[in-house]
Amino acid sequence: MSGWDLIHHIGPAIAMLIGAGVVITADVILPRGRGSLVPLTLLSLAAAAIWALWHAGAGTDSSAFAGAVVMDRFAVYFILLLTIVAAAVVVASLDWAKELDLAGEFYALLLVATGSMSLLVQGNDLILIFIALETTSIAQYVLVGITRRDRAAEAGIKYLLNGAIAAGLMIYGFAFLFGVTGSTSMDGIGEFVRAGNEAARLPLTLAFVLIAAGFGFKMALAPFHGWAPDVYEGGPTPVISFLSVASKAGGFAIALRLFYTGLGGGDTFISQDWALMFGVFAVASMLFGNIAALLQKDARRLLGYSSIAQAGNIGVGLAAVAMGSTLGASGVLFFLGTYVATNLGAFFAVIAISERIGSYQISDYAGLIKRSPVLSAILVLCLLSLTGIPPTAGFIAKIYIFNSAVQTGEQWLVAIVAIAVINTAISAFYYLRWARTIVLEEPKDETRFSATGPMQAMLAAAAIGVIFLGVVPSPLLNAAQRAAEALR
Amino acid sequence: MLTFFLFAPAIGALLVLFLSREQEQHSRYVALLFSLLAFAASILVFVNFDPAVEGYQFVNQFDWIAPEAAGFKIQYMIGVDGLSAPLVLLLGMLSVVSVLISFNVDKRPKEYFAWLLILETAVAGVFVSLDLIQFFLFWELELLPMFMLISIWGTGRARYSAMKFLIYTLSGSALMLVGFLVLGFEVGSFEISRIAEATLDEPLVPLALLFWAILLAFLVKLPVFPFHTWLPDAHTDAPTAVSVMLAGVLLKMGGYGILRIVLPIFPEQAHDFRYLLAGIAGFSVVYGAVITLQQKDLKRLIAYSSVSHMGYVLLGISALGALGLSGAALQMFTHGTITGLLFVMVGLIYDRTHTRQISEMSGLMHNMPVIGTVMLIAGLASLGVPGPSGFVAEMTTFLGSFEMHPFATIAAISGVVFAAGYILWTVQRVFHGPADEKWAHLPDANQWWERTAMIVLVVAILVVGIYPSLLTESIQSGIEPIARIFEASA
Repeated sequence: MSGWDLIHHIGPAIAMLIGAGVVITADVILPRGRGSLVPLTLLSLAAAAIWALWHAGAGTDSSAFAGAVVMDRFAVYFILLLTIVAAAVVVASLDWAKELDLAGEFYALLLVATGSMSLLVQGNDLILIFIALETTSIAQYVLVGITRRDRAAEAGIKYLLNGAIAAGLMIYGFAFLFGVTGSTSMDGIGEFVRAGNEAARLPLTLAFVLIAAGFGFKMALAPFHGWAPDVYEGGPTPVISFLSVASKAGGFAIALRLFYTGLGGGDTFISQDWALMFGVFAVASMLFGNIAALLQKDARRLLGYSSIAQAGNIGVGLAAVAMGSTLGASGVLFFLGTYVATNLGAFFAVIAISERIGSYQISDYAGLIKRSPVLSAILVLCLLSLTGIPPTAGFIAKIYIFNSAVQTGEQWLVAIVAIAVINTAISAFYYLRWARTIVLEEPKDETRFSATGPMQAMLAAAAIGVIFLGVVPSPLLNAAQRAAEALR
Repeated sequence: MLTFFLFAPAIGALLVLFLSREQEQHSRYVALLFSLLAFAASILVFVNFDPAVEGYQFVNQFDWIAPEAAGFKIQYMIGVDGLSAPLVLLLGMLSVVSVLISFNVDKRPKEYFAWLLILETAVAGVFVSLDLIQFFLFWELELLPMFMLISIWGTGRARYSAMKFLIYTLSGSALMLVGFLVLGFEVGSFEISRIAEATLDEPLVPLALLFWAILLAFLVKLPVFPFHTWLPDAHTDAPTAVSVMLAGVLLKMGGYGILRIVLPIFPEQAHDFRYLLAGIAGFSVVYGAVITLQQKDLKRLIAYSSVSHMGYVLLGISALGALGLSGAALQMFTHGTITGLLFVMVGLIYDRTHTRQISEMSGLMHNMPVIGTVMLIAGLASLGVPGPSGFVAEMTTFLGSFEMHPFATIAAISGVVFAAGYILWTVQRVFHGPADEKWAHLPDANQWWERTAMIVLVVAILVVGIYPSLLTESIQSGIEPIARIFEASA
């Protein structure tokens, strides 16, 4: 394999990491050149996306670096998702970044985080996965504290400490896994699992539980969710909007790869254990996230707990995946795709609104529909989509992922789906209570406002995405299914 | 035609939303226009519906979501049969009535009429959907407009009632979705008629459990004891038009769901649990009636009488025979018009007196002869006097259910006696007796829109009462296939 071939496989990551270097250099050598940072950032994101698309056009799945890096439709799906998220966050945070004295670092770290995450979703080897995961995590720790204000720094430290523990557990699990299977490559592990060595059951269980802790941290899946509400509340909201979708997507992507390919494509002697473990995590996530969200008065904390609950919904799909369901895998992919539009829309609206009203308290959102009808309508729309009310994307995503769990034909998964739909009813209480505060109550003052141009464009894009995917889900659904098939 | 009926109100809602602030006052006319268009479409559907032909008519179908991998094919599939055709007509009619009696809404009229029209589309979708997931989509779509309409334009504890309505319905329908998904897994399709034809042996979940998971959503919606407590709250605090829609068509979604989905798919379970269902029904009738007698609030009174009357629907269904089922289906239609009219009248009275306390009213007949007379007609219809449509429906139901459930039927018939009590007593207290000075200056129903709304419903009630075969032909053609299932198994 020639050097070009190797580079070709990690092109998107290279594009973004070079972009990060260029951005940080430009920030230093062009003292008045801050205006060039955003175009440079967007350019390298676009280059990465085009590179991935180029590969998708070629349509061949291949691997490089002795099988450690794969470039398949699955990876392409996530690289596109991640670059879209990063670009949307860059555009939506234009105003916020103007005030930031570390703007160059912000853009560079965003590119590093996205770039290493795109390497992560391509990862097919434990070593590479660990390195990519750590690189993206470190970039995100710094991003959370980038404003250097007290709350942000505290949030950053919290995130770091939690993340370090999770990473430690994960590498411990990797070590077990290597020790048991004698391989760091997913394919090798998968082969070992398929061979069905009953004696390896206990150490494998131990290894996968430890690894699940590491991934669960990224996904904000209970019981590894502890950081989420505090970090969501304390961190700078634009950074959190990135974390809430990109980090989650990366975590689920790599979990899908490990627990599908690495588990031998389901239907092995340990499939049931895995599925059950994720089922328990999903139920815990939904129950804890939803019940805690009921009590929240701060918009960011509420979104934090809601993100834990949503991770539970996706976890239902993950449990189906562990049973060998590609429908479940496509369900996770599709859910994440709709979640990007929905959650980014909600976060951007909160950023735009709270910047103007100077408060994140939900009670201060009273009567916003009169002060800023369009912003409020978009926020309400995204809340409906998070609840799963038709005709939004969230409705189809939930039905699809629950259906995939039922389609496995496992009774206990049907029971978990029953718990999940009851949780949907609980979540309606706090999402719609917030929506009602916006629509129903009397505003405290009548001044009208709207978001700035770029933010409006991003909000409009999110709103259109939420409606479009709710009414015409087939394009994304097909893309998700093709990506999921690449997992085999 | 049916697709037009389904989406005309939604298009109207969009148009209303795009009206400018200055044109806000015109939103009521836009809403009226589109509800009239939908009404016209529903009349055309009903008139052109051929009861002699069995099965669905006006079918319109395409694959809505058909991904490459199997297991999640969802169709857009609509059509009507003899069961849904009368309900489509009822919905078209009541939507016009609700728009008309909302003409005096001044608070945020744009949003109000938009939500009202979306509500019409949602309910229409429930009545015409032939795919389970599509059915569920419209079922859930109906929540939001109701939630908003009650919480923003309601009175009293509107926000509490709206949330209660939402939580009850969502919790009820949550398990229904699981049931639908399991059915889809077993049969490999979400099409209702295909699932009904399929035999479910060795299902993933015991069929009895599945039966209750799905039935529960409909029992909550109907509602029957003990799932009824959301209804009086929602009714009392909702604006008049919403009460009309709620009593008139939303409750029918429950009965319709049982007839359309539960009975054809789970005939054996329905047969097994028929005594329990009849018991619930009989108890609901009596309980609802007794509670009604104690009400001091006019709207609450009619709300509880709905619980009692919807018990008849379940009673007719639990008899599992052609006669009882037809009675239930007819009762749904007549209850829609009669109780709809009662809520219109209560709304008109409240608009004038600004109170709903029965004890504060007296002798209203003196200066409101029209309202008083129409109220009396509606009241008599409601208690089942021969002539108006209520009598035919209740009689058919009782005849159908007596053989299988004599005790429950006798209990239910006592509900009629109670009804005579609470209706006549109420009319007497409110409209007769000495004229109260306090109310002397109040006008009668003097607006054209008020009168039109009343006339439409009174005519509907009398026509169906005098010439029931207008509806029964269609209903029987819809009931026959369901009744045949039970005759075959009996």
